Formats: sequence, structure tokens, C-alpha cells
Amino acid sequence: MFEATERTLRDAQRERWVKAGLLVMTILLILPVAIILTVLVMRGAPMLSIEFLFEEPTNGMTAGGIFPALIGTIWLVIVALLASVPVGVAAAIYLSEYAPDNKLTRLINLAIINLAGVPSIVHALFGVGAFVIFAGFGTSILAASLTLAVMTLPVVIVSTRESLQAVPQAFRAACWNMGATRWQTIRRVVLPNAVSGILTGVILEVSRTAGETAPIMFTGAAFFLPFLPESVFDQTMALSLHLFVISTQVPNVPEGLPYGVALVLVGMVLTMNAISVALRTKLRGRRKW
Amino acid sequence: MADIAPAIETRQFSLWYGSFQALFDVDLKVRRGRITSMIGPSGCGKSTLLRSVNRITDRLGYVRTEGSVEVLGHDIHKESVDLARLRTHVGMVFQRPNPLPLSVRDNILFAHKLHDPRHGELSADERDGIVQEALEKVLLWDRLRDHLDSSALSLRLEEQQKLCIARLLPVQPSVLLMDEPCSALDPKGTEAVEELIWQLREQYTILIVTHNMAQARRASEECVFMLMGKIVEHGETGSMFVSPQDSRTADYIEGRYG
Repeated sequence: MFEATERTLRDAQRERWVKAGLLVMTILLILPVAIILTVLVMRGAPMLSIEFLFEEPTNGMTAGGIFPALIGTIWLVIVALLASVPVGVAAAIYLSEYAPDNKLTRLINLAIINLAGVPSIVHALFGVGAFVIFAGFGTSILAASLTLAVMTLPVVIVSTRESLQAVPQAFRAACWNMGATRWQTIRRVVLPNAVSGILTGVILEVSRTAGETAPIMFTGAAFFLPFLPESVFDQTMALSLHLFVISTQVPNVPEGLPYGVALVLVGMVLTMNAISVALRTKLRGRRKW
Repeated sequence: MADIAPAIETRQFSLWYGSFQALFDVDLKVRRGRITSMIGPSGCGKSTLLRSVNRITDRLGYVRTEGSVEVLGHDIHKESVDLARLRTHVGMVFQRPNPLPLSVRDNILFAHKLHDPRHGELSADERDGIVQEALEKVLLWDRLRDHLDSSALSLRLEEQQKLCIARLLPVQPSVLLMDEPCSALDPKGTEAVEELIWQLREQYTILIVTHNMAQARRASEECVFMLMGKIVEHGETGSMFVSPQDSRTADYIEGRYG
């Protein structure tokens, strides 16, 4: 009475195929990442040394280290964060906690999503027009960082808004009924409980900012500049552009050099991502609902 | 004259959600220091009326009202009314316990911190005194005295609900609104919270919405029966359940609809 029939056998067979197919797709997804990392480590690791990290490039960028580019990337990321995090978090708080649900709000949300889809080269041209020329910052860290900030704002806004909305509505109702204003509610209850998600978004933004090339190419990053920047109005080298330059524009670069640069860049990004995952896990652990 | 005014008095109070009228010319007087329950079938407007008393309905944005609501003789729709101050005088307890994700102590001090200008000057001992007093009133002190730093969300559900009542008390409210405060609790928890509500009468005016007729009968002194956004009958709980004046009340109490 409970034996398999032709039909259940066919269903079981289909089940095996579907499972196998999904597994293959998952492997296809992981494979490129694994190959990239393996090749980078194999070819790039021999280049790494204290001198490589802390010396400037020499010999027409065919030898020496990457120090000015490394420092430049850190500058760009920090200034970009200083610009985008306050704006992005504030905008997200407004949209999530204050904005009425009307056509204008929906239009703004749509605009934010579209902003995330604008190609980075378009952001670069916007940056040239708005920050380099119109605002008069010239090609500088400030102009490049602001361009990066505009580009990454949607990420900050969307991730912040999502973490705010993950805080249960019942907490807000409780606060309002004890006579708390919206801002008191946000500051004492909503933000402390949303901070892990907000930080995750910020750190993901850092890793994206560090890797972008196009937006900084015309706005502040220099081809070759073996000095460290002294203020945000200086130009600077950056890891991503440096990698592009030595891979395509400079003759006689030793084969391992670009791999070394790429490894440092990927290492930075992966470290940031790992920190973001660890932070989120730690802060989530404290949550009790 | 305000001193002898009823705790809550509505006059010809009507309320619309958009174009839907939920309350029709409601006239209600709630006497001070008594427990008044509101019963009636779902959608009869009892929760809406409850929420109108601390104007939490304002949040929705599409609510319109006519007529007046007075708390302790003061019109709560006057231009000069500050919602935060109104809500410290008129506290609300919800269906589902909603303690904040903070410690027991911080939950109880939350409103006090917001509203008492001298909060910052109090010593830790004085603050703990406030916590103790509030927890004693809700019969939780013996159970929680050594757990003031535990998360409020780790408490049992009925304890959470008692804590939600306790956290209203440090700012000296005069009216407590309760929207089906026991419907998320099991029978034992319900009994414990009902007992507490009964203990709080005379100190506070309590207006309680309930679906549970046995609860209204056990835990209230006066009872209001509502139907289709209107008050049908309002009287002493004891006599209303024994000899209702209106046939619709009788039908509802005897379970013919609801």
C-alpha cells in the first residue's frame, strides 16, 4: 500500500535533478571568486613585503612600492565617508521616520534606487562638472571624495532605512505613548537598535569606495605623484587607478607587480567586509526580540 | 470647577477615518478613581474611543474629529495642548506587551527621564527609589528586585505587561487606558494582571477595552456597551450584567452576537 508508484518515482527523480542543477549554479557562482583569489595570492604574494607597502614607486613605476597610492586610497575613503555618512543616515532617518507616505516620498525613493544604478563613469563626469569646475575644488581629494560620496549615497540610505525599519513598530508606539517626541524615540530606542545594520552598510560602502576607479580618474587621482597629500585640496595617487595605470599604460612593468597591487586592494576590501560581518554578528547577538 | 470634573468627558464626539465614520456623537462621562470597561463587538468603536483619549489616533494623519474630549475638565483638542504632556497624564497599555529593549530599570525610568526636569540631578539611589515604588505598585518588586538590570524582554509575558503598566506610573498619570491588556496572556497571567488592575483603582482612573465579557464583569465597576460607533448603555457593571436596560445589550451579553 505504501510502495512507490511510477509517479512518485518520477517526482523523486525530478527532485534529484533540480537539486543537482541548483548545486551546479552555486558552484559556478563561487568558482570565479575562488580562481581570482587563488591567482592573486599565488602571483601577488611573492611581491608583498614591508618595502612594497611603505616605499614609493620608482623607475617609472616599474619598481618600488605603493605607499603613496595606499595612503591616497585611505584619504579618499575617509573624506568620502565624512561626506556621505551624515547625509545618508540623516536622509534615511527622514525617509523612514518622518516622511509621510505620499507621491513625493515614493518619487524620492525611486530616485535613490535609480541613483544606485547610474554608471560610475557618469558619476565621474558629474564630479568634474560639479566639484572640480563649478565648486572650484580643482582636481583634488575633496572633489574625488565628494564624487565617490554621491555615488555611494544610495547604498548608505537604503541600508540605513532597512535597518531602521527592522526595528519593531511596537517600540515606537510605546515611546509615543510615554510622551516621547519622534526624535527622542529615534535617539533612545530606534537608532541604538539599528546601529548594527547601519554600520554594515557603511562598511560595505567603504569597500566599494576603495575599489572604484572611474569616479576618481578625472576628479582627483593622479597618474604618478610620489608625494603624500597634505590636505584635501591636493591630488593623490590611489590604489585602484595605480593598478589600472601599471597594467595598461606603463611599458616594461614586471609581471608580478600588478598582482601585488591587486592583492593589497582586494585584501583591504575583504578585510573591511569581514569586519562588517563580525560586527553585525556581535551586535545582533545583543538583540532580544 | 475642574477639580470635581469627571476624569474623562466626551461631548458629541465623532471621529472619521478618512471617509469612514467610526464614532457617532458619543457622550461619555468616566468617573474618577473607578475602573470602567468598554465592551462591544469588533469594530464597534471601543478601541477608537479609547485611543482618542490620549490622541494617539492623531498619528494616522487621516483622522478627523468633531465634538470635544475633556480630561480632568480640560479640552484635549485645544490648540495649546502639548501631546507629550497629555500622554504623561493619560498613559496607555497595549494588547501585546511592548516593553522597550532596555533593562527593567531603564524601562521604568524612561518617561521620567524625558519629562522630569530634575531627573539629571537625582542620585542613583533616588532613581532606584522611583523604580522600587513603581514595581511595588504593580506587585513585581519582590520578583524583580535583584533583576533590575535584566532585559525587560526576558521577562514572562504577564510580567512584561505589568512592567508596561509600571513604566507609566513615575510621571504621575491620572488616567490609564488599557486596550485589551490581557488578550495576549494565558489564563494565569490574565488573572494576575486583572488582580493588579483591581488594586490600582482609586489611585488611577482606569478605562479598559475588552472582548472578554467575564473580564469586564470581574474586573470593572462600571461598564459601557458600544455598538456601531455609539454608546448603547452605560451603568454599574453589576446591574448591567444582571438586568440590562437595552435589549441589544442583553443580546450581546447573552452571546447572541459578537
